[in-house]
Amino acid sequence: MLIKELTDLNGVSGNEKEVRDFIKDKINNFCDTIKIDSIGNIIAYKKGINSKFKVMLSAHMDEVGFIVSGHTDKGFLKFKPVGGIDDRILPGKRVLVGKKRLCGVIGSKPIHQQEKDEREKISKVKNLYIDIGAESKDEAEKLAPLGEFISFDSEFIEFGKNSIKAKALDDRVGCAVLIEALKNSFEFDLYACFTVQEEVGLRGAQVAAYNVMPDVALVIEGTTCADVPNVEPYEYSTIQGNGAALTIMDRTCICDKELVQFLHDVAVKNNIKVQYKQTTSGGNDSGQIQRTGTGVKTASISVPCRYIHSPVSVMSRSDYESVERLTIAALNQMSKNKDFLKSLSKLTSGKEQLTK
Amino acid sequence: MQDILKKVTEAFGVSGDEEEIRAVITSEIKKYVDEINVDAMGNLIAVKKGKNKKIMFAAHMDEIGIIATFIDEKGFVRFSNIGGVSPFNSLAQRVRFKNGTIGSLNVEEKLEDKKALNIGKMYIDIGCKNKEETEKLVRIGDTANFVGDFFVQGDFAVSKAMDNRSGCAVLIELIKTLPKTDNEIYFVFTTQEEVGLRGAKTAAFGIMPDCAIAIDVTLAGDTPQSNNRDVKLGAGPAIKVKDNAYIAHPQIRRTLEDLASSNGIPYTLELLDMGGSDPGAIQTTGVGVPCGGISIPCRYVHTPAEMVSLEDLKNCVKLAGLFAKNYK
Repeated sequence: MLIKELTDLNGVSGNEKEVRDFIKDKINNFCDTIKIDSIGNIIAYKKGINSKFKVMLSAHMDEVGFIVSGHTDKGFLKFKPVGGIDDRILPGKRVLVGKKRLCGVIGSKPIHQQEKDEREKISKVKNLYIDIGAESKDEAEKLAPLGEFISFDSEFIEFGKNSIKAKALDDRVGCAVLIEALKNSFEFDLYACFTVQEEVGLRGAQVAAYNVMPDVALVIEGTTCADVPNVEPYEYSTIQGNGAALTIMDRTCICDKELVQFLHDVAVKNNIKVQYKQTTSGGNDSGQIQRTGTGVKTASISVPCRYIHSPVSVMSRSDYESVERLTIAALNQMSKNKDFLKSLSKLTSGKEQLTK
Repeated sequence: MQDILKKVTEAFGVSGDEEEIRAVITSEIKKYVDEINVDAMGNLIAVKKGKNKKIMFAAHMDEIGIIATFIDEKGFVRFSNIGGVSPFNSLAQRVRFKNGTIGSLNVEEKLEDKKALNIGKMYIDIGCKNKEETEKLVRIGDTANFVGDFFVQGDFAVSKAMDNRSGCAVLIELIKTLPKTDNEIYFVFTTQEEVGLRGAKTAAFGIMPDCAIAIDVTLAGDTPQSNNRDVKLGAGPAIKVKDNAYIAHPQIRRTLEDLASSNGIPYTLELLDMGGSDPGAIQTTGVGVPCGGISIPCRYVHTPAEMVSLEDLKNCVKLAGLFAKNYK
């Protein structure tokens, strides 16, 4: 399964090569050119039948993880998070260090050595360390030099009727959708951008979008899902099993209203389950893409992921399928209905405004 | 000026939802400019052609507000803020959705500590009995602005959206009264300033101006126990030195100061310690754009009772006109 293959790869922000090489190989036969830009994005171009418009699909290849920041005298690794990670989930987790995937575990001071107030507090990253079985500082430095990237070690598992657990669902699900989309042909020019460094500040997408200067962009993502105990329904953000999640507004972007409505209509028409994301927190590449050049009509379609940014992200297979189907159905609809693309991409001309 | 100020402050235009205010401004200015464009971010870009310097005047046309995020079984609406909405200033206020539906903002009753007040604990009551009734009037994703009707008392005018419709009014008046000049003047009514100077970024990219002046409100320091600021209502435009998003280009600032002094326009200097404005996004466009600001002193910014002086607005128009004419 494509998502299994993708989530088994390690690609912490700034170190996406493994993912990039895999994707390049997968899409090679389905596009006209593949460009790797200076920051490391893949920009896969598929010429349209009647290429008047440029549509950009975007999914980020990177995942949250860690980086080696020091070594103790006894050979433990000190580390820093790369991207947003909840400190509470760290103690006791397995990690993979560096290209050779050295086994490591995140440890902390044993509970019976902790003072009462220490027990009640959450262990901060600075008080944690990674044990890679090294016996000295020298050995640790050799095995895991400063700056080495570290990923969660977590297997892809299918469980229950419809659930999948893995690390890095955010945003390998998006990568999978882009790979599938490239297998289709459209009227417009399609640019599938697999971006880097989203988790540390939407960095790759900024240059990818500048390069492409698209008329329309769809960002395919894994997003937060808080439909769990002790959360009020109005705080759920998305609901697992309720289908593809459309963003109206988040911290980085107010999505193009017309485009969001279009996506919703396409979903309804094709019997694809769809929901609106019901909180305005979080952000993704759409924030950067939207404000590129003279502006890009942008929207995002996401797979709800519980426990996102952890080694045990959980999603529903049917939600993934909804996102994949909706993305491709929307592209097909844009392909058929050129007037829609035209209305989105058009700068309303001076004359038209003046005579209105 | 008062009429146009009333018209633009009363129009709807929460960030990301600026169609109505854009239409109002378009109909007001279209007779006076050579060209009008709207870019993908919704910025309204009007041009008076010329062969010398390209000067961009920017006033954002969006206002702060709220967005509906959830409707519960009893018909209450949960919401999130758009831009800098203070939960304290919002409590017990009214909001108006684009379709005219009015709601009252309230807080969960079990909240004991008022300091813990936040928007997550608040809701909008639109007087419906259940979810179905509410959904006929308000949908998830609908935005609303605060209710704060326009009025004038003496020289002072009050409205929910002086930030920054007073700037829009200045820009409209500038378009109508622009002195003859060979400079090419871009009048840009930007979008989504309140959520992070977003519209200005793409507008500036499309224009690539030689310099830019933002016309926006700034905090006045003339109310009881307020921070010690020079900026006062009725003391003339505040010439920008800095805010949290940019530092004014020294040459632009000097030009504005010289023009004000030599033409008898009163002014103060603005050093804003909180908040930013559009030049924060404009100045790093392309190879860089020298930026400055003509700011409108405003009391009670980001409340439904923002207050400005009409005399200040007239002086802002005058100063901006002088700059457009004299910038070389």
